[in-house]
Amino acid sequence: MQHVMTKEEYRKYVDKVSPNSKTLRNTLRAFMVGGIICVIGQFFLNSFKNMGLDKETASSVTAMVMILLGVTLTALNLYDDLGRFAGAGSIVPITGFANSIASPAIEYKSEGYVLGIGARMFLIAGPVLVYGISASIVAGIIHYLLRS
Amino acid sequence: MFEKKTGRQTFQMKNSPAIIATASIVGPKEGRGPLAGYFDQSVDDEFWGEKSWEKAESKFMREVLAKVVTKASMPMDALDFVIAGDLLNQCIAASFGIRESNVPFYGIYGACSTIGEAMQLGAMLIDGGFASNVACLTSSHFCSAEKQFRFPLELGSQRPPTAHWTVTGSGGVILSAEGDGPYITRITTGKIVDMGIKDQNNMGAAMAPAAADTIYAHFEDTGLPHDYYDMIVTGDLGVVGKRILDDLLSSNGIRVGSILNDCGIMIYDMKQYNDTRN
Repeated sequence: MQHVMTKEEYRKYVDKVSPNSKTLRNTLRAFMVGGIICVIGQFFLNSFKNMGLDKETASSVTAMVMILLGVTLTALNLYDDLGRFAGAGSIVPITGFANSIASPAIEYKSEGYVLGIGARMFLIAGPVLVYGISASIVAGIIHYLLRS
Repeated sequence: MFEKKTGRQTFQMKNSPAIIATASIVGPKEGRGPLAGYFDQSVDDEFWGEKSWEKAESKFMREVLAKVVTKASMPMDALDFVIAGDLLNQCIAASFGIRESNVPFYGIYGACSTIGEAMQLGAMLIDGGFASNVACLTSSHFCSAEKQFRFPLELGSQRPPTAHWTVTGSGGVILSAEGDGPYITRITTGKIVDMGIKDQNNMGAAMAPAAADTIYAHFEDTGLPHDYYDMIVTGDLGVVGKRILDDLLSSNGIRVGSILNDCGIMIYDMKQYNDTRN
């Protein structure tokens, strides 16, 4: 062609003509849904404390209940609709983490239990685990060195 | 030696191959779109009774081949070649789909351009005297494509406004040395044009420069006036990609405006399915 843009010019042009996500709307939705999920979590936490569990046990049981909730909604084909509406509001809480493990498990079931579910289950959560655990080890070493 | 080549990348057929039959089967979303009346069949179940999306996609291809051969009223062994491709690893939808047909097979991979690529190669085989009947097929499946290239369907993520929606369906044509047309008269083969777009959710912007380059080359090579065609159709550039293509052509003096169209835009009812945004 005669008139050709440079890659840099093209990138700027594409940014201009591509519609942006509706940031304000998405932020409000994320804030509301994320907040509601946290309120549900708080409700369980308070309930477990009232039932006489100590703080640490109550937190663990709450996390387990929230994971169960996320996985159940994923299995019922509802969490993806929630995610489409809420974005980060339903990705960031622990229910979203549960969804990120349950959804590939469902997706790859057709490829078998070992090479399908087993191998692909951590497709999305894997990097979070690898770098989360690595970072906690580094933090642990620093903590140890500072203390000693 | 190159008696059929005109210009840099265009070929003029000597005995133009005819398109003697077409067939298409689509999924539920496509079957409710504006083109619904033109499909041979639309299937409501994305699995189509199979155990996986890949098997379903393969079935789409198998059924389309059976349909297109029936519509051309020819036996399967009258086909000299099948040229087919899809989006899956090792083109499994195509290879498993046509497995029982017993026809020599070329598997190709061109993503949105697969059917165009198949028809180009088929036309060349026929005009070159290597074949009299060639079936050209393609398929894609929203679910298997998302699985292969993006995220699991049940993952709660948001699609940006520039994301495409992959068609669930399969289409096929039979090209023949004899027939009443429509004919394939000229072929312009495109080049890889990489303008550095890395966003997998903005494929239109990644593909549009190559489409513009090919259309520009076609008019350069053939010397045809820019208003020669009733319609210029691209595979799946989507709304953003089509706009970019129009801009790129205009800046090179080719103003095609209303005759430019895009299959990805034509196939969906965008008011009904705001999420497709092709």
